[in-house]
Amino acid sequence: MSDAIRPLIVGAGPAGIRAAQTLVNAGIRPVVIDEAPSSGGQIYRQRLVPDERSAKDLYGSEAAKAIALHGTFARICDRIDYLPETLVWNLRDKAVDVVTGQRTRRIAFSHLILATGATDRVLPFPGWTLPGVFTLGGSQIALKSQGCAIGEKVVFLGSGPLLYLVAWQYMKAGADVAAVLDTAPFSAKFHLLRGLFAQPSVVLRGFRFAAELMARGVAVHFGVQPVRIDGTTRVEGISWRERGKEHRLACDAVGYGFSLRSETQLADLAGCRNIFDARDRAWRPERDSAGRTSVSGVYIAGDGAGIAGADAAELAGERAGLALLDDAGLPVDHARIGVLERKLASIQKFRNVLESAFPFPESWVTSIADDVTLCRCEEIAVGDARAAVRDQGVSELNRLKALTRVGMGRCQGRMCASAAVEVLASACGRSPDAVGRLRAQPPIKPIPLAVAAEGEAA
Amino acid sequence: MALLKRLSRHELPLVPFTLNGEACSGRAGDTVLTAILTQADRLRLSDFSGNPRAGFCQMGACQDCWVLTSSGARIRACSTALETGMDLQTITEPRS
Repeated sequence: MSDAIRPLIVGAGPAGIRAAQTLVNAGIRPVVIDEAPSSGGQIYRQRLVPDERSAKDLYGSEAAKAIALHGTFARICDRIDYLPETLVWNLRDKAVDVVTGQRTRRIAFSHLILATGATDRVLPFPGWTLPGVFTLGGSQIALKSQGCAIGEKVVFLGSGPLLYLVAWQYMKAGADVAAVLDTAPFSAKFHLLRGLFAQPSVVLRGFRFAAELMARGVAVHFGVQPVRIDGTTRVEGISWRERGKEHRLACDAVGYGFSLRSETQLADLAGCRNIFDARDRAWRPERDSAGRTSVSGVYIAGDGAGIAGADAAELAGERAGLALLDDAGLPVDHARIGVLERKLASIQKFRNVLESAFPFPESWVTSIADDVTLCRCEEIAVGDARAAVRDQGVSELNRLKALTRVGMGRCQGRMCASAAVEVLASACGRSPDAVGRLRAQPPIKPIPLAVAAEGEAA
Repeated sequence: MALLKRLSRHELPLVPFTLNGEACSGRAGDTVLTAILTQADRLRLSDFSGNPRAGFCQMGACQDCWVLTSSGARIRACSTALETGMDLQTITEPRS
């Protein structure tokens, strides 16, 4: 039976690794494909070469989880077919097209587990394309993987748990954190008290980050409305509005983000049905509590299946692996399935609390001026999108893309689609779920031209 | 002037490379993005307006950090490891 099973896992972060481990334990040898040179995903990303820093320095309170996950991967590595530094750029007919360096090939699969993770959800505002502005995730990678701060004097801005985590990590590493600018009002944080019962350690850790930042003299501002990042060729400062008054602070770097957005392109190419997740204000693949999508044999786990964080990703990866085994007629531990589903349900409930404590800045869309760049690849302004609605009657996202090129550039909408949805919905008087979602197109990321030509000829 | 500030990894071996014709060095384990932005404040000019860019997401998603090699190849700086002798150029010509 298991000879006929040739599962493919995309992504070697917490979800992908736990899924692979689950299959390996059942005697199955999956293919694991990952873009990074080593496993761990973004949250447990490993350095390219070892340095003087310990796991505790790199991963803080999550060091034990990082060590355990990396250890698991090292133990299963010779029982999987691991393809690092490999991009899945297309998916069709139960096979993926991948590229490693300049080399492309096609790999068939019997089952597919997508563990493609997430990136920061960003919203444009004046100055967001200046050198020295990075996402919160990017700021964290600079520190963890590269041992660098994004500047001499750094301001962190936005919403979401990552805001305080990254600011705290920078402070601990000896960087100069000039301020933390939280777009949510202070009162929103009281929602976290509701989460104390469900996930006490997570909530208390968050409070500790904020308290230690303040104790070390880092200014934390709430209810911030970003006005602009100042500078002509690089960041020179940041201006924001707070309780009706404008403030300005000199800095040479800004790290920002508003929670995360799922990477769903491969699920789209696989033909998975999507549903609108009102909490994440985004479309995501429809799935059951085990991670089964609407397409038989295709499973999804981790932040790519809807934002839930690293702990949930480990649980969901294992759960999806067990679902695959079960569907293939292999024995599974039903008691373990019960434990996983209960833990995942508890984290999902807690996510509602987090969303209340770190809400999406709904006022952004009405405050953003027409001349601000919406799409940083194609350099299309917010006003161009609004004009398409006004002058051409656009009310659907793919139509907006066709007419204005928003979302058509190299990033394929990864950086602009969340904002484009808000601008489009607001301009045409619809809700975000009523303007559609960007359809994924292969190649889902840029690949060398020679590779694309070879793919066409095949 | 540098954009990124090194806080650790000061003792790792030097990796010599060339940036816009000038001899530079990074550290073992650097990405191309880190190696360039610890001595310069941009990676390229944007395709249309020609405004300076220096990467954004650092995880291979935003595609804002492409630089040129002397052979004319484009590489994504955040996901490419620095190698000895790399001959790199920040992109200075807008596409249009």
